[in-house]
Amino acid sequence: MKVNIIRTTIDGREITIASPGKARGDVLEELDEEMRQVIGRNVLLAKLEDLLNVGIVQAIVNWAKRNSLWPATFGLACCAIEMMATVASRNDIARFGAEVFRGSPRQADVMIVSGRCSWKMAPILKRIYDQMPNPKWVIAMGTCASCGGVFQNYAIVQGVDQIVPVDVYVAGCPPRPENLLHGIMMLQEKIKNERIGEHKSKEVP
Amino acid sequence: MAEQTQVLTDIDRLLQVAERLKNFLSEEAIENVKVHNGEVTVTVKRENLTEALQYLRDEEKFEMLVDATAVDYMHLRNETRFDVVYHLLSLTHRLRLRVKVSVRSDDAWVPTVCHIYPSANPYEREIWDMFGIHVEGHPNLKRILTYDEFPGHPLRKDFPLFWQPGQPLEKPEEKFEEW
Repeated sequence: MKVNIIRTTIDGREITIASPGKARGDVLEELDEEMRQVIGRNVLLAKLEDLLNVGIVQAIVNWAKRNSLWPATFGLACCAIEMMATVASRNDIARFGAEVFRGSPRQADVMIVSGRCSWKMAPILKRIYDQMPNPKWVIAMGTCASCGGVFQNYAIVQGVDQIVPVDVYVAGCPPRPENLLHGIMMLQEKIKNERIGEHKSKEVP
Repeated sequence: MAEQTQVLTDIDRLLQVAERLKNFLSEEAIENVKVHNGEVTVTVKRENLTEALQYLRDEEKFEMLVDATAVDYMHLRNETRFDVVYHLLSLTHRLRLRVKVSVRSDDAWVPTVCHIYPSANPYEREIWDMFGIHVEGHPNLKRILTYDEFPGHPLRKDFPLFWQPGQPLEKPEEKFEEW
Protein backbone atom coordinates (compact mmCIF):
# COMPACT_ATOMS: atom_id res chain seq x y z
CA MET A 1 0.00 0.00 0.00
CA LYS A 2 1.06 3.52 -0.70
CA VAL A 3 0.41 6.68 1.17
CA ASN A 4 -2.22 8.65 -0.67
CA ILE A 5 -1.82 12.37 -0.33
CA ILE A 6 -5.05 14.10 -1.29
CA ARG A 7 -5.23 17.82 -1.77
CA THR A 8 -8.61 19.52 -1.67
CA THR A 9 -9.88 23.01 -1.15
CA ILE A 10 -12.40 23.78 1.55
CA ASP A 11 -13.61 27.35 2.08
CA GLY A 12 -10.88 28.58 -0.20
CA ARG A 13 -8.22 26.97 1.93
CA GLU A 14 -5.95 24.20 0.78
CA ILE A 15 -6.03 21.07 2.90
CA THR A 16 -3.71 18.11 2.62
CA ILE A 17 -4.68 14.69 3.94
CA ALA A 18 -2.49 11.62 4.23
CA SER A 19 -3.87 8.13 4.57
CA PRO A 20 -1.91 5.27 6.19
CA GLY A 21 -0.22 2.49 4.38
CA LYS A 22 3.51 1.99 4.23
CA ALA A 23 5.98 1.49 7.02
CA ARG A 24 6.34 4.49 9.25
CA GLY A 25 9.83 5.52 8.19
CA ASP A 26 8.98 5.38 4.51
CA VAL A 27 5.90 7.45 5.08
CA LEU A 28 7.85 10.12 6.89
CA GLU A 29 10.35 10.26 4.07
CA GLU A 30 7.71 10.51 1.42
CA LEU A 31 5.88 13.38 3.07
CA ASP A 32 6.64 16.61 1.30
CA GLU A 33 7.39 19.85 3.03
CA GLU A 34 3.98 21.31 2.38
CA MET A 35 2.35 18.30 3.98
CA ARG A 36 4.47 18.70 7.08
CA GLN A 37 3.56 22.36 7.29
CA VAL A 38 -0.13 21.63 7.00
CA ILE A 39 0.08 19.07 9.72
CA GLY A 40 2.18 21.37 11.82
CA ARG A 41 -0.23 24.23 11.41
CA ASN A 42 -3.53 22.45 11.81
CA VAL A 43 -2.81 19.47 13.97
CA LEU A 44 -0.79 20.31 17.02
CA LEU A 45 -2.57 17.60 18.91
CA ALA A 46 -0.53 14.43 18.71
CA LYS A 47 2.72 13.01 17.50
CA LEU A 48 3.14 12.73 13.76
CA GLU A 49 3.65 8.98 14.02
CA ASP A 50 0.36 8.55 15.82
CA LEU A 51 -1.40 10.50 13.13
CA LEU A 52 0.06 8.34 10.45
CA ASN A 53 -0.76 5.12 12.27
CA VAL A 54 -4.49 5.60 12.16
CA GLY A 55 -5.04 8.50 9.80
CA ILE A 56 -5.36 12.15 10.52
CA VAL A 57 -9.10 12.39 11.05
CA GLN A 58 -9.20 9.31 13.22
CA ALA A 59 -6.24 10.52 15.23
CA ILE A 60 -7.95 13.81 15.94
CA VAL A 61 -11.18 12.07 16.88
CA ASN A 62 -9.34 9.60 19.10
CA TRP A 63 -7.44 12.42 20.74
CA ALA A 64 -10.70 14.15 21.57
CA LYS A 65 -12.24 10.93 22.83
CA ARG A 66 -9.45 9.78 25.06
CA ASN A 67 -8.69 13.08 26.71
CA SER A 68 -12.19 13.65 28.00
CA LEU A 69 -13.43 10.28 29.23
CA TRP A 70 -16.52 10.97 31.27
CA PRO A 71 -17.16 8.08 33.62
CA ALA A 72 -20.61 6.95 34.63
CA THR A 73 -21.05 6.76 38.38
CA PHE A 74 -21.37 3.05 39.04
CA GLY A 75 -19.99 2.24 42.47
CA LEU A 76 -21.11 -1.20 43.60
CA ALA A 77 -18.95 -2.01 46.62
CA CYS A 78 -15.71 -1.21 48.42
CA CYS A 79 -13.90 -0.54 45.13
CA ALA A 80 -16.09 2.55 44.84
CA ILE A 81 -14.29 3.99 47.87
CA GLU A 82 -11.00 3.68 46.03
CA MET A 83 -12.65 5.18 42.96
CA MET A 84 -13.70 8.17 45.06
CA ALA A 85 -10.15 8.43 46.36
CA THR A 86 -8.97 8.47 42.75
CA VAL A 87 -11.19 11.46 42.09
CA ALA A 88 -10.06 13.28 45.21
CA SER A 89 -7.24 15.77 45.35
CA ARG A 90 -4.30 13.50 46.13
CA ASN A 91 -4.62 11.31 43.06
CA ASP A 92 -6.72 13.72 41.01
CA ILE A 93 -8.17 11.85 38.08
CA ALA A 94 -8.67 15.25 36.41
CA ARG A 95 -5.07 15.09 35.26
CA PHE A 96 -6.24 12.50 32.75
CA GLY A 97 -9.42 14.31 31.76
CA ALA A 98 -11.74 11.81 33.42
CA GLU A 99 -12.94 13.79 36.40
CA VAL A 100 -16.48 14.45 35.20
CA PHE A 101 -18.48 11.66 36.82
CA ARG A 102 -21.95 11.75 35.38
CA GLY A 103 -25.07 10.67 37.17
CA SER A 104 -26.76 9.98 33.85
CA PRO A 105 -25.43 7.27 31.54
CA ARG A 106 -26.58 9.39 28.60
CA GLN A 107 -23.68 11.74 29.21
CA ALA A 108 -21.02 9.16 30.00
CA ASP A 109 -18.31 7.51 27.91
CA VAL A 110 -16.79 4.94 30.24
CA MET A 111 -18.41 2.79 32.87
CA ILE A 112 -16.13 1.89 35.77
CA VAL A 113 -17.74 -1.21 37.28
CA SER A 114 -16.28 -0.93 40.77
CA GLY A 115 -17.24 -3.85 42.95
CA ARG A 116 -18.98 -7.20 42.88
CA CYS A 117 -22.06 -7.33 40.70
CA SER A 118 -24.89 -9.58 41.85
CA TRP A 119 -27.16 -11.38 39.43
CA LYS A 120 -29.98 -9.18 40.68
CA MET A 121 -27.94 -6.14 39.68
CA ALA A 122 -26.87 -7.58 36.30
CA PRO A 123 -29.94 -6.44 34.28
CA ILE A 124 -29.50 -2.92 35.65
CA LEU A 125 -25.81 -2.95 34.73
CA LYS A 126 -26.68 -4.06 31.21
CA ARG A 127 -29.36 -1.44 30.95
CA ILE A 128 -27.07 1.38 32.04
CA TYR A 129 -24.48 0.17 29.54
CA ASP A 130 -27.11 0.14 26.79
CA GLN A 131 -28.21 3.64 27.72
CA MET A 132 -24.72 5.04 27.23
CA PRO A 133 -24.23 6.56 23.78
CA ASN A 134 -21.52 5.26 21.48
CA PRO A 135 -18.58 5.27 21.67
CA LYS A 136 -18.43 3.69 25.11
CA TRP A 137 -15.96 1.66 27.12
CA VAL A 138 -16.04 -0.45 30.25
CA ILE A 139 -13.39 -0.79 32.95
CA ALA A 140 -13.84 -3.78 35.26
CA MET A 141 -12.33 -2.47 38.47
CA GLY A 142 -11.11 -5.02 40.99
CA THR A 143 -11.09 -8.78 41.20
CA CYS A 144 -14.83 -9.16 41.78
CA ALA A 145 -15.85 -7.25 38.69
CA SER A 146 -13.21 -9.07 36.66
CA CYS A 147 -13.85 -12.67 37.71
CA GLY A 148 -16.06 -12.86 40.79
CA GLY A 149 -13.17 -12.79 43.23
CA VAL A 150 -13.81 -14.32 46.62
CA PHE A 151 -17.54 -14.42 45.94
CA GLN A 152 -17.67 -17.71 44.11
CA ASN A 153 -21.34 -18.40 44.76
CA TYR A 154 -24.83 -18.32 43.35
CA ALA A 155 -25.43 -14.62 43.97
CA ILE A 156 -22.50 -12.95 42.20
CA VAL A 157 -21.73 -12.63 38.48
CA GLN A 158 -18.39 -14.34 37.87
CA GLY A 159 -16.97 -11.42 35.92
CA VAL A 160 -19.01 -8.64 34.35
CA ASP A 161 -17.66 -9.60 30.93
CA GLN A 162 -20.55 -12.05 30.90
CA ILE A 163 -22.87 -9.04 30.80
CA VAL A 164 -21.03 -6.23 29.01
CA PRO A 165 -17.85 -6.13 26.86
CA VAL A 166 -14.94 -5.14 29.08
CA ASP A 167 -12.02 -3.13 27.69
CA VAL A 168 -9.67 -2.97 30.67
CA TYR A 169 -9.44 -5.24 33.70
CA VAL A 170 -7.90 -3.62 36.76
CA ALA A 171 -6.51 -6.12 39.24
CA GLY A 172 -6.53 -5.65 43.00
CA CYS A 173 -8.81 -6.12 45.97
CA PRO A 174 -9.48 -3.26 45.98
CA PRO A 175 -7.07 -1.66 43.49
CA ARG A 176 -5.19 1.36 44.72
CA PRO A 177 -5.98 4.68 43.02
CA GLU A 178 -2.69 4.47 41.13
CA ASN A 179 -3.83 1.14 39.78
CA LEU A 180 -7.12 2.56 38.53
CA LEU A 181 -5.29 5.50 36.97
CA HIS A 182 -3.05 3.01 35.20
CA GLY A 183 -6.17 1.28 33.92
CA ILE A 184 -7.52 4.56 32.60
CA MET A 185 -4.21 5.28 30.88
CA MET A 186 -4.30 1.80 29.33
CA LEU A 187 -7.77 2.57 28.06
CA GLN A 188 -6.45 5.81 26.60
CA GLU A 189 -3.70 3.88 24.85
CA LYS A 190 -6.34 1.55 23.48
CA ILE A 191 -8.50 4.41 22.23
CA LYS A 192 -5.47 5.97 20.59
CA ASN A 193 -5.29 3.12 18.09
CA GLU A 194 -9.02 2.69 17.59
CA ARG A 195 -10.56 3.02 14.16
CA ILE A 196 -13.79 4.89 13.73
CA GLY A 197 -16.72 2.55 14.13
CA GLU A 198 -14.62 -0.13 15.75
CA HIS A 199 -16.65 -0.13 18.95
CA LYS A 200 -19.73 -1.19 17.05
CA SER A 201 -18.17 -4.56 16.27
CA LYS A 202 -17.73 -5.43 19.95
CA GLU A 203 -19.32 -8.67 20.96
CA VAL A 204 -22.11 -8.25 23.46
CA PRO A 205 -23.19 -11.59 24.92
CA MET B 1 -31.00 -0.18 109.41
CA ALA B 2 -31.22 -0.49 105.66
CA GLU B 3 -33.45 -3.17 104.43
CA GLN B 4 -31.68 -5.99 102.63
CA THR B 5 -32.98 -6.16 99.06
CA GLN B 6 -32.32 -8.98 96.72
CA VAL B 7 -30.66 -7.88 93.46
CA LEU B 8 -32.04 -9.78 90.50
CA THR B 9 -29.80 -10.41 87.54
CA ASP B 10 -31.11 -10.04 84.00
CA ILE B 11 -31.23 -13.81 83.68
CA ASP B 12 -33.42 -14.09 86.76
CA ARG B 13 -35.79 -11.48 85.42
CA LEU B 14 -35.93 -13.19 82.03
CA LEU B 15 -36.61 -16.54 83.66
CA GLN B 16 -39.45 -14.90 85.57
CA VAL B 17 -40.80 -13.62 82.26
CA ALA B 18 -40.62 -17.15 80.88
CA GLU B 19 -42.41 -18.46 83.96
CA ARG B 20 -45.20 -15.91 83.61
CA LEU B 21 -45.45 -16.74 79.90
CA LYS B 22 -45.84 -20.39 80.82
CA ASN B 23 -48.60 -19.51 83.27
CA PHE B 24 -50.35 -17.35 80.70
CA LEU B 25 -50.28 -19.95 77.93
CA SER B 26 -50.10 -23.46 79.31
CA GLU B 27 -47.55 -25.96 80.52
CA GLU B 28 -47.25 -27.76 77.19
CA ALA B 29 -47.19 -24.60 75.03
CA ILE B 30 -43.55 -24.02 75.92
CA GLU B 31 -41.16 -26.72 74.84
CA ASN B 32 -38.15 -25.58 76.81
CA VAL B 33 -36.35 -22.59 78.31
CA LYS B 34 -32.61 -22.45 77.86
CA VAL B 35 -29.97 -20.17 79.36
CA HIS B 36 -26.73 -19.92 77.45
CA ASN B 37 -24.09 -17.22 77.54
CA GLY B 38 -26.28 -14.95 79.64
CA GLU B 39 -29.08 -15.14 77.10
CA VAL B 40 -32.45 -16.77 77.59
CA THR B 41 -34.18 -18.67 74.82
CA VAL B 42 -37.81 -19.75 75.01
CA THR B 43 -38.95 -22.39 72.54
CA VAL B 44 -42.70 -22.26 71.99
CA LYS B 45 -45.04 -24.39 69.92
CA ARG B 46 -46.01 -23.02 66.55
CA GLU B 47 -49.72 -22.77 67.35
CA ASN B 48 -48.95 -20.60 70.40
CA LEU B 49 -46.46 -18.28 68.71
CA THR B 50 -48.69 -15.29 67.95
CA GLU B 51 -50.34 -15.58 71.34
CA ALA B 52 -46.96 -15.66 73.08
CA LEU B 53 -45.57 -12.68 71.17
CA GLN B 54 -48.77 -10.72 71.75
CA TYR B 55 -48.47 -11.38 75.48
CA LEU B 56 -44.75 -10.51 75.54
CA ARG B 57 -45.36 -7.25 73.73
CA ASP B 58 -48.39 -6.07 75.68
CA GLU B 59 -47.83 -7.41 79.18
CA GLU B 60 -44.07 -7.86 79.44
CA LYS B 61 -43.26 -4.72 77.44
CA PHE B 62 -41.02 -6.29 74.81
CA GLU B 63 -41.83 -3.47 72.43
CA MET B 64 -39.31 -4.17 69.75
CA LEU B 65 -38.67 -7.06 67.38
CA VAL B 66 -34.96 -6.67 66.68
CA ASP B 67 -34.57 -9.57 64.29
CA ALA B 68 -36.38 -12.56 62.93
CA THR B 69 -34.53 -15.25 61.06
CA ALA B 70 -34.22 -19.00 60.74
CA VAL B 71 -31.63 -21.75 61.16
CA ASP B 72 -31.30 -24.92 59.11
CA TYR B 73 -30.29 -27.92 61.25
CA MET B 74 -30.40 -30.33 58.33
CA HIS B 75 -27.45 -32.50 59.33
CA LEU B 76 -27.83 -32.12 63.07
CA ARG B 77 -31.45 -32.98 63.81
CA ASN B 78 -33.87 -35.56 62.51
CA GLU B 79 -37.32 -34.45 63.66
CA THR B 80 -37.51 -30.72 63.08
CA ARG B 81 -35.23 -29.28 60.48
CA PHE B 82 -35.68 -25.52 60.92
CA ASP B 83 -35.77 -23.14 63.84
CA VAL B 84 -37.43 -19.76 63.30
CA VAL B 85 -35.89 -17.29 65.72
CA TYR B 86 -37.34 -14.02 67.02
CA HIS B 87 -35.17 -11.59 68.95
CA LEU B 88 -37.14 -9.31 71.24
CA LEU B 89 -35.97 -6.21 73.05
CA SER B 90 -37.67 -4.53 75.96
CA LEU B 91 -36.75 -0.87 76.06
CA THR B 92 -38.73 -0.47 79.29
CA HIS B 93 -36.95 -3.20 81.23
CA ARG B 94 -33.68 -3.27 79.26
CA LEU B 95 -34.00 -6.98 78.54
CA ARG B 96 -33.48 -9.15 75.52
CA LEU B 97 -35.35 -12.38 74.96
CA ARG B 98 -35.12 -14.95 72.21
CA VAL B 99 -38.20 -16.88 71.10
CA LYS B 100 -37.82 -19.94 68.90
CA VAL B 101 -40.23 -22.10 66.92
CA SER B 102 -39.21 -25.49 65.55
CA VAL B 103 -40.56 -26.39 62.11
CA ARG B 104 -40.52 -29.65 60.19
CA SER B 105 -39.25 -29.57 56.61
CA ASP B 106 -42.34 -31.29 55.19
CA ASP B 107 -44.59 -28.85 57.08
CA ALA B 108 -42.50 -25.69 56.81
CA TRP B 109 -44.65 -22.72 57.71
CA VAL B 110 -45.03 -20.26 60.56
CA PRO B 111 -47.82 -17.77 61.25
CA THR B 112 -47.07 -14.13 60.52
CA VAL B 113 -46.40 -11.72 63.37
CA CYS B 114 -46.69 -8.61 61.19
CA HIS B 115 -49.84 -7.47 62.97
CA ILE B 116 -47.97 -7.58 66.30
CA TYR B 117 -44.59 -6.25 65.18
CA PRO B 118 -44.76 -4.37 61.85
CA SER B 119 -40.97 -4.60 61.59
CA ALA B 120 -41.37 -8.33 61.02
CA ASN B 121 -42.53 -7.70 57.46
CA PRO B 122 -39.12 -7.68 55.70
CA TYR B 123 -37.70 -10.27 58.10
CA GLU B 124 -40.43 -12.74 57.25
CA ARG B 125 -39.93 -12.13 53.56
CA GLU B 126 -36.26 -12.92 54.09
CA ILE B 127 -37.18 -16.12 55.94
CA TRP B 128 -39.29 -17.16 52.97
CA ASP B 129 -36.66 -16.15 50.45
CA MET B 130 -33.65 -17.72 52.10
CA PHE B 131 -35.15 -20.80 53.78
CA GLY B 132 -38.41 -21.48 51.98
CA ILE B 133 -40.40 -21.39 55.18
CA HIS B 134 -43.84 -20.16 54.25
CA VAL B 135 -45.24 -17.35 56.38
CA GLU B 136 -49.00 -17.72 56.69
CA GLY B 137 -50.98 -14.50 56.53
CA HIS B 138 -48.12 -12.25 55.45
CA PRO B 139 -49.44 -9.21 53.54
CA ASN B 140 -46.72 -9.23 50.85
CA LEU B 141 -44.85 -12.52 50.76
CA LYS B 142 -42.39 -12.03 47.90
CA ARG B 143 -38.67 -12.65 47.56
CA ILE B 144 -36.67 -9.81 49.07
CA LEU B 145 -32.95 -10.52 48.54
CA THR B 146 -32.84 -12.67 45.43
CA TYR B 147 -34.72 -12.00 42.22
CA ASP B 148 -38.15 -13.37 41.37
CA GLU B 149 -36.93 -16.06 38.96
CA PHE B 150 -34.43 -17.46 41.45
CA PRO B 151 -34.77 -21.21 41.88
CA GLY B 152 -34.77 -22.62 45.39
CA HIS B 153 -33.84 -21.09 48.71
CA PRO B 154 -30.12 -20.45 49.01
CA LEU B 155 -29.60 -20.59 52.78
CA ARG B 156 -30.83 -24.17 52.96
CA LYS B 157 -27.97 -26.53 53.59
CA ASP B 158 -28.76 -28.59 50.49
CA PHE B 159 -28.59 -25.62 48.11
CA PRO B 160 -25.63 -25.88 45.67
CA LEU B 161 -23.42 -22.98 46.70
CA PHE B 162 -21.52 -22.63 43.42
CA TRP B 163 -24.61 -22.68 41.24
CA GLN B 164 -24.82 -20.01 38.56
CA PRO B 165 -27.81 -18.97 36.42
CA GLY B 166 -28.10 -21.13 33.34
CA GLN B 167 -26.79 -24.25 35.05
CA PRO B 168 -28.99 -27.11 36.17
CA LEU B 169 -29.83 -26.94 39.85
CA GLU B 170 -28.24 -30.08 41.20
CA LYS B 171 -28.12 -31.09 44.81
CA PRO B 172 -24.59 -30.95 46.24
CA GLU B 173 -22.74 -34.13 46.91
CA GLU B 174 -23.44 -35.98 50.10
CA LYS B 175 -19.93 -35.44 51.41
CA PHE B 176 -21.28 -32.81 53.77
CA GLU B 177 -22.85 -35.65 55.71
CA GLU B 178 -19.44 -36.74 56.99
CA TRP B 179 -19.00 -34.01 59.52
